[in-house]
Amino acid sequence: MTDNYVGKRVKRTEDPRLIKGLAHYVDDISLPGTLHVAFLRSIYAHAKINSIDVEAARSAPGVVAVYTGHDVATQIGPVPCAGALPDLKVPDHRVLATNKVYFVGHPIAVVVARDRYVARDAVDQIMVDYEELPVVTDVEQAAAGGPVIHEAFGDNIAYRLTSGEGDIDAAFAAADRTIKQRVLHKRLAPIAMEPRGVLARYFPGEQELTLWSSTQIPHLMRTQVALMIGIPENKLRVITPEVGGGFGSKLNVYAEEALLAWISMQLGKPVKWIETRRENIQATIHGRGQVGDVEIAFKNDGTLTGLRYSVFADLGAYHQLLTPAIPTLTGLMLSGAYKIPAIQMNITACFTNKMATDAYRGAGRPEATYIVERALDLVAAELNMDAAEVRRKNFPAPSEFPFHTATGLDYDSGDYEAALNKAQEIAGYAELREKQRKAREEGRLIGIGVSTYVEICALGPSQAMPAGGWESATVRIEPTGKVTVLTGASPHGQGQETSFAQIAADELGVDLNDVTVIHGDTGIVQYGIGTFGSRATAVGGTAVFVAIQKLKEKAHKIATHLLEADASRVSFEGGKFSLQKGAAAGAAAGGTSDPVVPVGEAPAGALPEPQTEGKSSLTLQDIALAAHVAKNLPPDTEPGLSATYFFEPKNFTFPFGTHIAVVEIDRETGDINFLRYVAVDDCGRVINPMLVDGQVHGGIVQSIGQAMYEEVVYDEQGQLLSGTLMDYAVPRASHVPEFELDRTETPSPVNPLGVKGVGEAGTIGSTPAIVGAIVDALSPFGVRHLDMPVKPENVWRIINGH
Amino acid sequence: MKKAINLSVNGVSHTDEVEPRMLLVHYLRDVLELTGTHVGCETSLCGACTVMLDGQAVKSCTVFAVQADGSTVTTIEGLAKNGELHPVQEGFWEKHGLQCGYCTPGMIVTAAQLLNRNPDPSREEICHGLEGNLCRCTGYQHIIEAVQYAAKKAGQR
Repeated sequence: MTDNYVGKRVKRTEDPRLIKGLAHYVDDISLPGTLHVAFLRSIYAHAKINSIDVEAARSAPGVVAVYTGHDVATQIGPVPCAGALPDLKVPDHRVLATNKVYFVGHPIAVVVARDRYVARDAVDQIMVDYEELPVVTDVEQAAAGGPVIHEAFGDNIAYRLTSGEGDIDAAFAAADRTIKQRVLHKRLAPIAMEPRGVLARYFPGEQELTLWSSTQIPHLMRTQVALMIGIPENKLRVITPEVGGGFGSKLNVYAEEALLAWISMQLGKPVKWIETRRENIQATIHGRGQVGDVEIAFKNDGTLTGLRYSVFADLGAYHQLLTPAIPTLTGLMLSGAYKIPAIQMNITACFTNKMATDAYRGAGRPEATYIVERALDLVAAELNMDAAEVRRKNFPAPSEFPFHTATGLDYDSGDYEAALNKAQEIAGYAELREKQRKAREEGRLIGIGVSTYVEICALGPSQAMPAGGWESATVRIEPTGKVTVLTGASPHGQGQETSFAQIAADELGVDLNDVTVIHGDTGIVQYGIGTFGSRATAVGGTAVFVAIQKLKEKAHKIATHLLEADASRVSFEGGKFSLQKGAAAGAAAGGTSDPVVPVGEAPAGALPEPQTEGKSSLTLQDIALAAHVAKNLPPDTEPGLSATYFFEPKNFTFPFGTHIAVVEIDRETGDINFLRYVAVDDCGRVINPMLVDGQVHGGIVQSIGQAMYEEVVYDEQGQLLSGTLMDYAVPRASHVPEFELDRTETPSPVNPLGVKGVGEAGTIGSTPAIVGAIVDALSPFGVRHLDMPVKPENVWRIINGH
Repeated sequence: MKKAINLSVNGVSHTDEVEPRMLLVHYLRDVLELTGTHVGCETSLCGACTVMLDGQAVKSCTVFAVQADGSTVTTIEGLAKNGELHPVQEGFWEKHGLQCGYCTPGMIVTAAQLLNRNPDPSREEICHGLEGNLCRCTGYQHIIEAVQYAAKKAGQR
């Protein structure tokens, strides 16, 4: 054990290849003879397909094959949905449309050609005879009996669900006051900078298939694609090379992945498809998409007594992997960071003629935080209380943890007031309020927004997850003493090649550069779940940690044997097993053994036996070599030095924090400018503070996007109006303030590392602070709530009374 | 009908026959196998494909390869000299200016041009200079710090 790395700002080991342009994303891998695939996608949101004429495309020079929905309907199983809810309606989701199309971007046919230019040309030569059908894009119209999308179901309601604990009716009946507010969560596009991409190569001789895909879940994909195309799972290898961002959009199994795999088997050739940005906004999952009414019951002193949220969830035309489950996550987090004795969530989840919604960074939890935090602001405004004080009044005390909520959760640990105090101190909250008061007297519009969020992370215990909530690790010490960590997590920018190496290097007392972390290859790594839900470090990092403890037990046994000592007298420190002073070694005690295989002097042929005789301490490298040479091991000891552990968490973790945003609004233009942004986050124990800061920054900026710029817009005909990055406004460098970050550190009792997770904190904690600040700035105009994205136009209209 | 082009990429001269409609980014990636330059939007909006064309940062997804005939191109692979990282590359590593790394090559090339033009930029000037490049992971703060680091470092050399 050393403390050289954990908790320190260690530069990423991933970075050299990335900053030199030498990393490999899917499209950077080229195999000889690769054919390129392009999709024909529906231009209508709802239509019957009368006929498809592919002859011109098929006979175009350079085109190898064209497939339509009818060609593959009996060959490839449906796109999977893992969300299991009572009476859930699950449409038959085929990889290509057959008789009808249900959303703009719905894939209809696929062209395989010698290059990507030819493939795209040929797509334009396919003629489809569509018969337009009535469209429903508004979720409330869909619920109220608009045009039925999947006729067999009779209506558009995928499921209804009521959840929560406590006597909600009594809570509202007994309240001093209640407030009801409609809240919109517009659809968002995740916009990973690397679009999706798939490369499939079938080996006809071996009857094996390798699928390179830009995904967050290689193993789950292997299982699902194997089932979809009927190849034995042990003949399918999924490799995720470098993945250029996911944010939940690649926590899925898409039609294209199975289809490419199948095409490669048909043609016996490698086939590649790289999504265009337009396809990415049309046919990669969207996030959010809720329209709901929040009602809050409270006493005149600000004490909360009940919360009800009735929501229409816009699922889109089909279920993707977790589509129906996302609104239920909102229901879990409706208690926020507060004691609320009675909570009820009523979900009406509907099909619409749009792309599916699913997990986008935060996945149902940003909605919950936004609802609760907006409600708290409304309570504060109603009672003329300070936004921070109404929150403070309703926090559970640290002594009340584990804290049971009326949504059925047990929060692991927390000190919400400490984070609030620290954020207020950094922001200079009292002075800010004074500054705001003076500014208002001068006619300036300054607003302060406060969000004291809690999130549910480290997803999660298997009982609560559709396909296992554990994570796996194998830690191996190779004969030369190098350490290999195989993780079932699948990082794609989060930096776990570094943070897991930090854990391993400290636990084993080796140099960070002697540790290699391998992930994202089902042919090499034991089964894993993947990276999403702020789980990789809390669950996957713990698996690494525990596997190392197992490995050290074995190494200790071998060391004891080689040192011919009593087990209790051999200790492990600084990467060495040493005889404690006074302990009798088998031979006269000497120094530590030299490295057995010096670099550049590797033995030809047989490995040398480690020279252990007469030594008082042995390095891990000695033990590893002894374990592999296996000529002198304790009786009944398995040769080799590796350990595998599958960590099953007992509970989720609940990170929390306080975000304070300060904005000033330009009265003339309605422009919203950040004056300050303070975030104090508590993600439990921190492995690498630099990586944690990066996660928080990125999350907040995605929140700024949601709060002020981003919105997937479909018109009434279901046409996508925000289909390029010209129309879908992702924040740019000039849109972001300089963040002031700090932390409190409340370890989680759920895992031995004490880690909670931080990947989604920014997107969860931040939107209410930003919108709260804008609303606060506009409060002189009587504004108490605004819907996201709040644009200068909305603000200007309020100021000018339009 | 293919057309012959002749250009210098990262100091190496290349002559190839390409279709007139081939994009420069596809020429760099598919023909020269310089895959460090990425495609993120195909519409000049994200900047992942940024390269230097005769000293100007351009979005190579909306330049035809034939337009680069006779030009000098520098891609991310050509920034480090003699194994030594360019100050901007160093800054990105030091300041954690990247996460998934996909926007990074374009971002680094753009930042390098920014510092060529303005060796000591303010925060605002850096933000303005990077407006043509999208990053979805970092929230830009560490990228801005990386450029500030590079400016300081380059000033010391």
